[in-house]
Amino acid sequence: MSSPKKITLRINGVNETLEAPAHRTLLEALRDLGHVEVKCGCEKGDCGACAVSIDGVAVDSCLTLAWMVEGREITTVSGLGDIENPHPLQKSFSDLGAIQCGYCTPGMIMASKSVIDRNPNPTDDDIRVGLSGNLCRCTGYTKIFEAVQDAASVMRGEGDKQ
Amino acid sequence: MPVEYELDIPQSLDEALNALASDNGSSVTPLAGGTNLIIDIRSRRERPARVVGLDYVSELRAIDCTSERVTIGSRTTVTDLLDSAEIAKAAPSLVDAARVFAGHMVRNAATVGGNIACGSPAADLVPPLMSLDAEVTLSSKSGSRTVALADYFTGYKQDVRNADELITQVAWDRLPEHSVNTFRKLGRRKGDAITVTGVALTVVVEDGVCQRARIALGSVGPTVFRARQAEALLEGKVLSNELFDAAARKAASESSPIDDVRASAEYRLHTIETLTRRLLTQAWARLA
Repeated sequence: MSSPKKITLRINGVNETLEAPAHRTLLEALRDLGHVEVKCGCEKGDCGACAVSIDGVAVDSCLTLAWMVEGREITTVSGLGDIENPHPLQKSFSDLGAIQCGYCTPGMIMASKSVIDRNPNPTDDDIRVGLSGNLCRCTGYTKIFEAVQDAASVMRGEGDKQ
Repeated sequence: MPVEYELDIPQSLDEALNALASDNGSSVTPLAGGTNLIIDIRSRRERPARVVGLDYVSELRAIDCTSERVTIGSRTTVTDLLDSAEIAKAAPSLVDAARVFAGHMVRNAATVGGNIACGSPAADLVPPLMSLDAEVTLSSKSGSRTVALADYFTGYKQDVRNADELITQVAWDRLPEHSVNTFRKLGRRKGDAITVTGVALTVVVEDGVCQRARIALGSVGPTVFRARQAEALLEGKVLSNELFDAAARKAASESSPIDDVRASAEYRLHTIETLTRRLLTQAWARLA
């Protein structure tokens, strides 16, 4: 059986070290390190609650092995901004009521960021397709789609449309 | 207890093939995007002793289109396919499938080779690739061989790959000018849904006569397969609606779907016939 090894993960710009066996997922590693903003949902790649970005690409951290991402740039939702300096997506989600229980929100925001990074001017359909791997059981999605459009217009420098 | 295994992280194809050959390949599994395999290991459907992670085998992540041939490295992701203007031109069916493939994060991780290797009859990239007459290259320490994708699967989640072999690429000859290549997936919803039925179609027409017909069906048998009898009804003929009706019925009769949580076998047979007829009719309209 595999023995644990010491690995260093670069999370939100900071190197953090932990002891992990080969089967340790990035989701487990992040939460073990205290990054509990990354949520554990289905652990099957269906719900998107655990989404983080690796070198700018959004992935499900439950399907990613921690050993495989040593030395890569890992960004969680906390790496985008905080309450003093929120990312436009964080602000729009909060302002427009796109958050209810909040469990899906970290993954939803990471997926939304990936949608906007790939296409700064997404159609509603682009957003729906882009968020098809994120489940929300509260909002009915409408406010989430509105928040993503709002944040996209802020990020394009057009100001918010509230 | 978690399922434990050794993990190799090769930095080149040679290193990967060496790792797959260890222990004579017994209980060694290549790992690409992990969107199926990690789940299957966790649920103990797969029990490898050693996993070979391919993230850093960069030579496997490439799309190469010449005027003659299209070659896709096995580590190419579904998102890479969507981002490729060349694939959009050379393989419209593959783009149709990539668009409705799982969800955003899974598309960013899942790979062409992994989708073939998982062997699922619901693997969405397989019907398009089969409709393009794609060939799969299998490589091991002792050399490489090429197998037609249509001959790759031998049964439900069974294939011709030996344990020490790795799918390194898929490739096919480009379609001629007067052709249509398309894929349609029926699912319970638009995104993040496992396919209920899937149909990929290639039709090549010259001087009004069908020179080549390929109909590859997903989720209506133990493997993705070609409806060869339906294809035979079309090839060499002047296409017509009557012929499409007959080919669609034949495609359904070649299917052997099961009842499951997503749909009944009866519904699958009905939709295979409908989708096949629809794709043929639409293809014909575009070629006319």
